[in-house]
Amino acid sequence: MILNLLFFYFAAVIVISALFVIIKRNAFHSAVALLVTLIHIAGIFILLNSEFLAAVQILVYAGAILVMIIFVLMFLNVTQRYRMFNRQKFIAFLMGIILVGEVLYVISVSAIKGPKGDFSIAKIMSEGNTQAIGRILYTDYLFPFEVASIILLVAMIGAIVLAKKEPQ
Amino acid sequence: MIPLHYYLILAAILFIIGMIGVLVRRNFLTVLMSIELMLNAVNINFVAFAHYMDSMTGRIFVFFIMTVAAAEAAIGLAILISAYRNTGTTFVDEISSMKG
Repeated sequence: MILNLLFFYFAAVIVISALFVIIKRNAFHSAVALLVTLIHIAGIFILLNSEFLAAVQILVYAGAILVMIIFVLMFLNVTQRYRMFNRQKFIAFLMGIILVGEVLYVISVSAIKGPKGDFSIAKIMSEGNTQAIGRILYTDYLFPFEVASIILLVAMIGAIVLAKKEPQ
Repeated sequence: MIPLHYYLILAAILFIIGMIGVLVRRNFLTVLMSIELMLNAVNINFVAFAHYMDSMTGRIFVFFIMTVAAAEAAIGLAILISAYRNTGTTFVDEISSMKG
């Protein structure tokens, strides 16, 4: 019961603040609404028994990505007097509403079946959430982990090169 | 116990809000924020399926999505700074020098 109430609270705040992200004129207001959305998504992760992912969500998204976006926002100092939307806004909103209907229909008629894995809630709780994720990450998914580190290195070098001033 | 469909519906609505944001907004920073919304909708789907299917793979993949999202935000903002320096605008419909 209390879990249901928490889920509906998180879902309502996520949807409303996500709408604020795309309808606020001032980009700084959008960034703050995005922060609210991300923190409540961390709450959804806790409801789904993934506490470590919730902590990483707050650290990486709310801590790193959002600070970077706000930093660039203040660096560029975009004026507030401008046209908000593109010319294709009406057809985009119309397609969005149609797409919501389609997706809700598909989800409501589909039955989700499949073989269960071997990480039940009791097993994760006995081993520890962080320990279970770390053990899988460093054994079965070692190669994707190394690829992810290469991606981060490339992004770091690319960001420095792209944002550097051109030599005169 | 909350049914899995509730999480799927939440993620679908969040994804479509992000998609509309990418399509309609002119400011490049808001477009980047909308892309983050779409990536988070995918993350909710991954974690919900991992929870209901007793699996750990979905939770691992959320890590990789977060890695790619961080890299994408860094590169996107660097491109934005470079484009602002060269064109003096951050509106996606005014940066159109490759338009025929």
